[in-house]
Amino acid sequence: MAGNALPSEKPTSSGSSSLLYDPKARGIFYQVLTVAILGLFVWIIVNNTITNLNRANIASGFDFLKGRAGFDIGQTLIDYSSDSTYGRALLVGLLNTLEVAIIGIITASIIGFIVGIARLSSNWLIAKLAQIYVEIFRNIPPLLVIFFWYKGVIAILPQARASLALPFGTYLNNRGLFFPKPLWGGGAWLILVALVVAIVLSLVIRRWARLRQEKTGQQYPSGLTALLLIIGLPLVTFLALGAPLSFEYPVAGKFNLTGGSVVGPEFISLYLALSFYTASFIAEIVRAGIKAVAKGQTEAASALGLRGNMTTRLIVIPQALRIIIPPLTSQYLNLTKNSSLAVAVGFADVVAVGGTMLNQTGQAVEIVTLWLVIYLSLSVSTAVLMNWFNSKMALVER
Amino acid sequence: MKKTLLSAAIGAAILGAASAASAGTLQDVKAKGFVTCGASQGVPGFSNPDDKGEWSGIDVDYCRGIAAAVFGDPKKAKFVALSSKDRFPALQSGEIDVLTRNTTWTVSRDTSLGFNFRTVNYYDGQGFLVKKGLNVKSALELSGAAVCVQTGTTTELNLADYFKANNLQYNPVVFEKEADATSAYDAGRCDVYTTDQSGLYAMRLKLKNPDDNIVLPEVISKEPLGPAVRQGDDQWFDVVSWVHYAMVNAEEFGITSKNVDEMKTKGGPDVKRMLGNEEGTKIGTDLGLTNDWAYNVIKLVGNYSEVFERNVGPNTPLKIQRGLNALWNKGGLQYAPPIR
Repeated sequence: MAGNALPSEKPTSSGSSSLLYDPKARGIFYQVLTVAILGLFVWIIVNNTITNLNRANIASGFDFLKGRAGFDIGQTLIDYSSDSTYGRALLVGLLNTLEVAIIGIITASIIGFIVGIARLSSNWLIAKLAQIYVEIFRNIPPLLVIFFWYKGVIAILPQARASLALPFGTYLNNRGLFFPKPLWGGGAWLILVALVVAIVLSLVIRRWARLRQEKTGQQYPSGLTALLLIIGLPLVTFLALGAPLSFEYPVAGKFNLTGGSVVGPEFISLYLALSFYTASFIAEIVRAGIKAVAKGQTEAASALGLRGNMTTRLIVIPQALRIIIPPLTSQYLNLTKNSSLAVAVGFADVVAVGGTMLNQTGQAVEIVTLWLVIYLSLSVSTAVLMNWFNSKMALVER
Repeated sequence: MKKTLLSAAIGAAILGAASAASAGTLQDVKAKGFVTCGASQGVPGFSNPDDKGEWSGIDVDYCRGIAAAVFGDPKKAKFVALSSKDRFPALQSGEIDVLTRNTTWTVSRDTSLGFNFRTVNYYDGQGFLVKKGLNVKSALELSGAAVCVQTGTTTELNLADYFKANNLQYNPVVFEKEADATSAYDAGRCDVYTTDQSGLYAMRLKLKNPDDNIVLPEVISKEPLGPAVRQGDDQWFDVVSWVHYAMVNAEEFGITSKNVDEMKTKGGPDVKRMLGNEEGTKIGTDLGLTNDWAYNVIKLVGNYSEVFERNVGPNTPLKIQRGLNALWNKGGLQYAPPIR
């Protein structure tokens, strides 16, 4: 009896329970639920913000960017005065962020590669020094490194009226590095044209040399030619134009040196701190990348008769780069984001300028949104660029 | 999993609701049992924590006056240290109930930031502090100087306007924290430090060699400093304003924390009315407080003169004269509407 009833009951009960126990249906149910809760959450946040802004009579929108800023900025790459708009002030901040990020990335890469290779050196002293460098800078928060440079090094330089004189009309004091400002005469743009022409020519020669080597096996020193062209052509143009260059030297003024160009201590400390800090991570990435290339590769290369530097250049580095580039991208992103620590030493980066604007206009939501968009675009562009580089370097499978 | 997500969403909804329902600040303050005031990160004489975390200053006493009026207990005041940059979002978001932090009343703060100002507990003006060794006698000789200034202040804007109006060049060195700006000036990063004059005297005390620095004679701006509250909450706005007016009226009537008990019974009709000792008075309850609110403010905190002398007056390290802050009938600007 019971044995008969079981098969007849089974299809009816599984009709309702199959949907409940069906992994696919359950998956869809939970996904829909998650999206709904997320949507509700976002709606509550947005709705609450709008309600509160309206209740507090705070104007919203981005019109405030057209208003007069009214405050001055110490470090600017473009023309700016207190009469400029808030939008322009933010642009000044963005350019300052870009300046410190780009120069910092270049310096950090150079130091990082040198230290990374030095750690692999067979010379005990060099290897240990590199290791000490890495361990010190890797284990200190970047903010402290900035303070170290700002309050520990630059602040104890001579006072403005007792500047340290360096060669070539350059001075150093606790208000920055002062150096002669080049003033270009007429026709100076031709030098720039000569430089561009030299670069294009070098690229053409390099291509031609490679094609010739593939065809005939003969080598041509394209690197040396390029170097000569890039230095020589602008130099010849410069001399042919009668050297149209003069300098404006910094001279002692009432309060400080005036004239010439100046790099302030805020920029210097931020730049040095970011470079040294990030370089310690890059050094480790470089070391890991080189170590990861199997020893057999070097041995095979020398068995084929390649010389030492060619082995490094053609066998080891291309393979190491494949391992180095992805984590290197993260370090570049970190450096860019860490540049927002500028606010600690009063460097006018996009966060510092935005903060001043926020305080004056009260447009907190808008400015925070702008910050997010700016940093997101900076990071995404860096990542896209590095991914492109990575794909160029990646193993080409044939 | 479902439960955690759901409780998170409910939690978020409650959070959202809590910050949305802050229209009745007085009710909120009474319900939580203390008033939260925005203070500075350390301006001696105005709002300054000592090494034990005890706050003092005229802005601090204003806040304690509010606590005395609402609760009859000046200790029911909590202070949140805010940088000049963070102070406005803190008030807008409801983190603090009132901003008592040497804040200048300007039209844009009154309107576009969504605040209300009414009372001025200190009339100030912006000045310059320079090193004596520079031999500068007037601010007009400052062309080419590096100027340390705190960001997000009216000071920063007045500075730009003043130098522009007088065709002077300068190099602004901008800091978020007052302490950083001070130490940069002390280290010789700047030739000039600028802020409200009261702040200059306070800050000079913190320098390595205070006597090597002088305050220039120019006062380049009007800086009426007073408390700010959020717009759209008139009852709370009234409570905050009348605490100050009670202190000023008390000074005018000669009521002090010492003689207030005596005055309550023996004073004239206007004194008795103010101290809540009038037959059938409704002044306190109409404010949403008890009728002895003004008595509590004066008894527990003091009148305006007592607060001034205690924190910034000639017998303190700041040695500031009453000047503009004297009563209206003594040549100053402190004037309070009548309590009746």
